[in-house]
Amino acid sequence: MNLHEYQAKQLLREFSIITPRGIVVEDPTHAELAATGYLGGEAWVVKAQIHAGGRGKAGGVRLVNSTEALQHAAADLLNTALITYQNAPDGQWVSKLLVEETLPIAREMYLSLLVDRESERVAVVASSAGGMEIEEVARTQPDKILRELCDPLLGLQEFQCRNLAFGLGLTGSHIGDLTRMLRALYKLFTDSDLSLLEINPLVITTDGRIVALDCKMSVDDNAVGRQKKLADMRDDTQVDNKEVAAQAAGLNYIALAGNIGCMVNGAGLAMATMDLIKLHGGEPANFLDVGGGATAETVAEAFKIILSDNKVRAVLVNIFGGIMRCDIIADGIIQAVKDVGVQVPVIVRLEGTNVELGKQKLADSGLAIITADNLTDAAQRAVTAVQGA
Amino acid sequence: MSILINKNTKVLCQGFTGKQGTFHSEQALAYGTQMVGGVTPGKGGQSHLGLPVFNTMRDAVCQTSANASVIYVPASYAADSIMEAADAGIEVIVCITEGIPVMDMLNVKAALRANGAKLIGPNCPGIITPDECKIGIMPGFIHRRGKVGIVSRSGTLTYEAVHQTTQLGLGQTTCVGIGGDPIKGLDFIDCLALFQADTETEAIILVGEIGGTREEEAADYIKQHITKPVAGYIAGRTAPSGKRMGHAGAIIAGGSGTAEAKIRALQAAGVEVAQSPADMGAAVQRAMQR
Repeated sequence: MNLHEYQAKQLLREFSIITPRGIVVEDPTHAELAATGYLGGEAWVVKAQIHAGGRGKAGGVRLVNSTEALQHAAADLLNTALITYQNAPDGQWVSKLLVEETLPIAREMYLSLLVDRESERVAVVASSAGGMEIEEVARTQPDKILRELCDPLLGLQEFQCRNLAFGLGLTGSHIGDLTRMLRALYKLFTDSDLSLLEINPLVITTDGRIVALDCKMSVDDNAVGRQKKLADMRDDTQVDNKEVAAQAAGLNYIALAGNIGCMVNGAGLAMATMDLIKLHGGEPANFLDVGGGATAETVAEAFKIILSDNKVRAVLVNIFGGIMRCDIIADGIIQAVKDVGVQVPVIVRLEGTNVELGKQKLADSGLAIITADNLTDAAQRAVTAVQGA
Repeated sequence: MSILINKNTKVLCQGFTGKQGTFHSEQALAYGTQMVGGVTPGKGGQSHLGLPVFNTMRDAVCQTSANASVIYVPASYAADSIMEAADAGIEVIVCITEGIPVMDMLNVKAALRANGAKLIGPNCPGIITPDECKIGIMPGFIHRRGKVGIVSRSGTLTYEAVHQTTQLGLGQTTCVGIGGDPIKGLDFIDCLALFQADTETEAIILVGEIGGTREEEAADYIKQHITKPVAGYIAGRTAPSGKRMGHAGAIIAGGSGTAEAKIRALQAAGVEVAQSPADMGAAVQRAMQR
């Protein structure tokens, strides 16, 4: 689960980390008051709050030098969809802006904490190349990336913080400042079950303060249940509404660009089914895992979600019935096709327990359900169905 | 032979009296698994499915000499259950539970490093040695004892590989579902080493998916240490970047963890990579005939 920048910065401040002073605005007419009445100064930054990177390049972050320019930027950005390279082609809705003071910057750096899968530890990553994407730095200047891995039983040690501080070329009181900041960030990261905390850039101002100019945070989806405060920060407007509906029904759904809807049990088989469609010349419309305990209700819900995507021209159902019997699954499919009023061809591949009985039920249903003999046959029939449509 | 579990494996169920624990323990007993009891704190002294229930794993191991356990407790308690099993001296811990927070798993892995217990999972279907011992939620009847070892990050794709090798008459020695989480117990390399050392295993199927770089590491290991034929399949060629595909660990992040990179690495290591999930059985057959 992603947080907005303004939410992430609020958490940073609770851990005594300095951020620019800012105020969240939902109405363009409030922007001027926020800037002149609360923040003061003569220049401000207006930042669109969406769950995607690449805002700067997409025009979602604007430096303004007058109240007129501020109002113009606020009116321009609020209540529109901002499209960046990360969320194209649809973009994400901007319902909040963060208006911040501007700061005189002496230096920009990069800092992040993340769970490193290879070492199975929390990694603290820092770089003197601030303001750039870290993947780009890793590609072009790998020697500029510093990493410290934290033993979960010991946490981030002071010497590790010094390694990073000196490695970044800091001196004097900044060594202690960064150490305190890193230890606070580590505590924030582990206490809040974060999966990513990125500050880019982390700046030193001309008056010598270390300030988090931007911040991106993601919470471990498996831990949202025990992070009540963070769970309340969820913003479903930032997620595809089909994905939100799927989550409410206990399904895993991800929208894709193609026209063959997929309903599969198991995440690996669901991905493999998408790949198989592509291999046979088609394009999958979605990833959908109905899970191991699919019932007639969840199958019906899955059909509804798949069909709410108006690009879908055929639906491929691929179920390996293990503990769940194929005849029960067939009942669920028949019921769902009737209830939902499916208008496109439905291709079903069943395998596993009671498979013959399941196929028989589908054949006897009188519905236009195409039963496939195996995986390859199913994919080919689905591709043929959309080509004929 | 087989790897990790066989007919002599004595299994305890953690979360024994719950719905999942009860259902899958019944299935395991019907398959012939040597279930010796279970643990549900507060229900010690009772009997369930004709087997003793204990309050703690320490009591249970003491009374039954069990050497394996299977965990069906909810995600918020599962990390504690894994550590309890390890502390009680269990050698093979199978954690089926999905949704354990990553921070908990980091702690579990640090604890296990010092303990030496082998963890399978979490978020996995379990492990089975056909005709001898089934620990987990996989349908037993699709398996047939034979010569292929299977290691997989995905549950239903494991069943596909099992089904195909059964249909081709190859059968399986042991099938290990290592699970779809980013931080987990045994990984590809651990299982590859065990299959290489197992005299009954003649060939290996490795089923991977997008996310992380364990398949690439496995490819390096195969090149250097595995002399048996290996077939592979990688799911997620069409998965978009930055999206978590059902499994917590299945995500392409910052250009790393793509299916293409994994397929290239495996092919470079001489692995017969199936292009389609329908081709895993045939791929291992081709690898064996090379």
